[in-house]
Amino acid sequence: MSTRRDFVKTTCLSLAFTLPMEPRLRFEMADPIEPGGVLAPSAFLRIDGDGTVTIWANKSEMGQGVRTSLAMAMAEELDADWSKVKVQQASSAAKFGDLGITGGSQSTRSTFTPYRTMGATAREMLISAAAAKWKVDRAVCKAENGFIVHGTKRIAYGELVEAASKLEPPKDPPLKHAKNFRIVGTDVKRLDGPDIVTGRAQFGSDLKLPGMLYASVQRCPVFGGKLKSVDATAAKAVPGVKRIINISSGVAVLADSTWAALNGREALKIQWDEGAHASASTMEIWKGFEARLKTPGKVVRKEGKGTAALGKNAIHARYDCPFLAHATMEPMVGLADVKPDRCDIYAPSQGPGWSMAAIQQITGMKPEQIEVHMPLLGGGFGRRAMADFIVEAVECSKTAGVPVKVQYSREDDIQHDYYRPGTLHQLSGSLDGSGRPHAWHHRFTGPSIAASLKMPWPPEATELSGAADLAYEIPNMQVEWAQSDTPFPVGFWRAVPASFNPFVTESFLDELAHKAGKDPLDFRVALLKKDEKRKVGHDELDPARLRRVIELAAEKAGWKAWRMAKHAKGRGMGIAAHAYLECGTYVAEVAEVEVLKDGRVKVHRVVCAVDCGLAINPLNIRAQMESGIIFGLSAALHGEITLEKGRVAQNGFSDYPMLRLADSPRIEVHIVKSDLPPGGVGEPGLPPIAPAVANAIFAATGKRIRSMPMTPGKILKAAKA
Amino acid sequence: MSHVEFSVNGFSKAVEVDPDMPLLWVLRDVLGLTGTKFGCGAGVCGCCTLHLNGEAIRACQTPIKEVAGKSVTTIEGLSKDGVHPVQKAWIEEDVAQCGYCQPGQIMQAAWLLSKHPHPTDADINEGMAENICRCGTYNRIRCAIHRAAGDECATGKEA
Repeated sequence: MSTRRDFVKTTCLSLAFTLPMEPRLRFEMADPIEPGGVLAPSAFLRIDGDGTVTIWANKSEMGQGVRTSLAMAMAEELDADWSKVKVQQASSAAKFGDLGITGGSQSTRSTFTPYRTMGATAREMLISAAAAKWKVDRAVCKAENGFIVHGTKRIAYGELVEAASKLEPPKDPPLKHAKNFRIVGTDVKRLDGPDIVTGRAQFGSDLKLPGMLYASVQRCPVFGGKLKSVDATAAKAVPGVKRIINISSGVAVLADSTWAALNGREALKIQWDEGAHASASTMEIWKGFEARLKTPGKVVRKEGKGTAALGKNAIHARYDCPFLAHATMEPMVGLADVKPDRCDIYAPSQGPGWSMAAIQQITGMKPEQIEVHMPLLGGGFGRRAMADFIVEAVECSKTAGVPVKVQYSREDDIQHDYYRPGTLHQLSGSLDGSGRPHAWHHRFTGPSIAASLKMPWPPEATELSGAADLAYEIPNMQVEWAQSDTPFPVGFWRAVPASFNPFVTESFLDELAHKAGKDPLDFRVALLKKDEKRKVGHDELDPARLRRVIELAAEKAGWKAWRMAKHAKGRGMGIAAHAYLECGTYVAEVAEVEVLKDGRVKVHRVVCAVDCGLAINPLNIRAQMESGIIFGLSAALHGEITLEKGRVAQNGFSDYPMLRLADSPRIEVHIVKSDLPPGGVGEPGLPPIAPAVANAIFAATGKRIRSMPMTPGKILKAAKA
Repeated sequence: MSHVEFSVNGFSKAVEVDPDMPLLWVLRDVLGLTGTKFGCGAGVCGCCTLHLNGEAIRACQTPIKEVAGKSVTTIEGLSKDGVHPVQKAWIEEDVAQCGYCQPGQIMQAAWLLSKHPHPTDADINEGMAENICRCGTYNRIRCAIHRAAGDECATGKEA
């Protein structure tokens, strides 16, 4: 029998998955500065004689706005003139330290203070240089928008860099009080915007090196299958095809254009050994999940008496969430240039952290001979943390002796992903005499990302958020997780387990509210009355912050008035929330939906309240909430990857559809004012949307949809039941 | 191999390529104009949208042989220095997130405005229906189109 201590121990580990992704930055102090006038007190900052401030981002930009927000943090303390700030991307070169992985909505948390400190260091050096020049006490000088100012005297940073570069960087430079911020906390447009709208922005797909060949790879359509034989005669005859190379993942066709590589690949005649999964199907996987749920799983949280407290009047429900592909708009792509003594990778990667070891292994080179350069990412969502597209490019380039760019087709991208795990959940719950939840039992099963990727963590580490860390006060709880391996390679998908668990837990909480005859808003708020912060694993839960976003979203949505009013048939409003403890952000969302006669769900409006601590760039926070909501709606209403005869049955946007502009609801985002340390925003907007929609469908129709995606077929079937 | 002559952003171009090679790959791999993006190769995502003789088309579905003698405008040629009203509106609304689909969105929007100088929400729904954005910038796209038309946008504003 597990105890509360066991829960803490397990969730410590369970939430630890963000840690290996975020090694502490080594902000090395500069090498001796070259004479000739630049100030570069770290590898991440350079101020030139013309006043240009160049800031190197140590996190990959995949749309989450990190290049802009990191630059804002540094420019704030530097008191830079924002119009002179440029941003560059750090590579895996030693001077930038270990970049790790960009993910888990951790970038802001891990870099805000280090970037501020680097800006403050340079600011103090510039003040000292000006004071020396003017022969005054440095205490009377201050930094102001790209100038050091003393009385009526002003001198531009550019004119001070040479003198400042000769000074010793101060240890522990003072940081500003938040009330003095003039860049942080304002709406700042993304720095890459002008390049994006003119087509100048360079994504990984856009790069080309002299002598480079374009590659397309035919991989075994069945996961785990191996190449038996290949007849490349016809492929070699395709104009433009230069080389055909067997690599670890399949057969690569190298050509002088992408088109020729694709045509060459079409002409390959390949025999596969399809291996153990040749007949695998999703139907079979779900049968396995059903069987696994019949016996207990590992207890990952227990409060009070656990399941023993359920009693006879408990209600029971089963929920399921499908496997999902990432489907970034830019299909996977990687470019490698392997020379005898050096290897350069140019890949839209979420960091070299999980690729470096593989590159070393293939090339036999030391880390200092390898440099991973990261252009803009055409979407990431966790997919680009993986190494596969880099490994393929390195293998091709090593054999071909020239730079090679491996370009996935859309079909490749959908059929050779690291999928969001599918999961099956059994919920039971009971109420006490006053209609409050008395006992809660959640048993669920699915594959483990940690185990599938052979991460050095326990298998449940990547599967529990939104289940084991449920924030509501329920006296008796038991949460069990059971591992069910499947043929699918699984991986990190936006919000990881919080992309499925909150759908289940926030929907079932709604079921209990309905059973109690209570307003789902009041029901939730009543379970978050204790203000004491609680430690949940590594992270701290502040119930008051969760309560506040729930109340704010409800207030702005007009929840109470809606409940009192009469509405057209098929209209409903639902609420859900999630405390994204790993990144310190709390979000609640209210969805207003219309269930149409043909079973389609039209989401008219979403009201989102977010408390992410200090709001560094409110404009970007709103964008990220909108993004999480739309991404989550695609999954809630449309997304499902299935397996037939060992093969992924979907191959593109026609059978793996995305939400379109016309179906995009009106979205209002309300940001809680806060001086707490800034939290992440890339993922937290996503978890509440699916349950908010499911709860709204219930409010509209009286039918509970317990299966994602919530398709017209499922809704019509529920209506008939 | 075929010899194909056409115009790109006002410049005459001549290429010797497989006549079936899609315009997308001619632009990207042969001419080095990478602003037009590859998203699906099936004409269903809109990433490769550009203008052929003034009409918005999908470059991945257009064999180069069908482009002979015609005039192509890509994102790089939509304006000098990004001053087209759509590009300016895109910056004002801070539309882009990852930015990968945006050249296609912008080219589609510029075409839409050439047909409907003051599009309604319904016109935008229809005109932008085949352009996917995975980052979910749709509401900002809608507002940017209204802005480029000089019209008000109600989406996302507090009721």
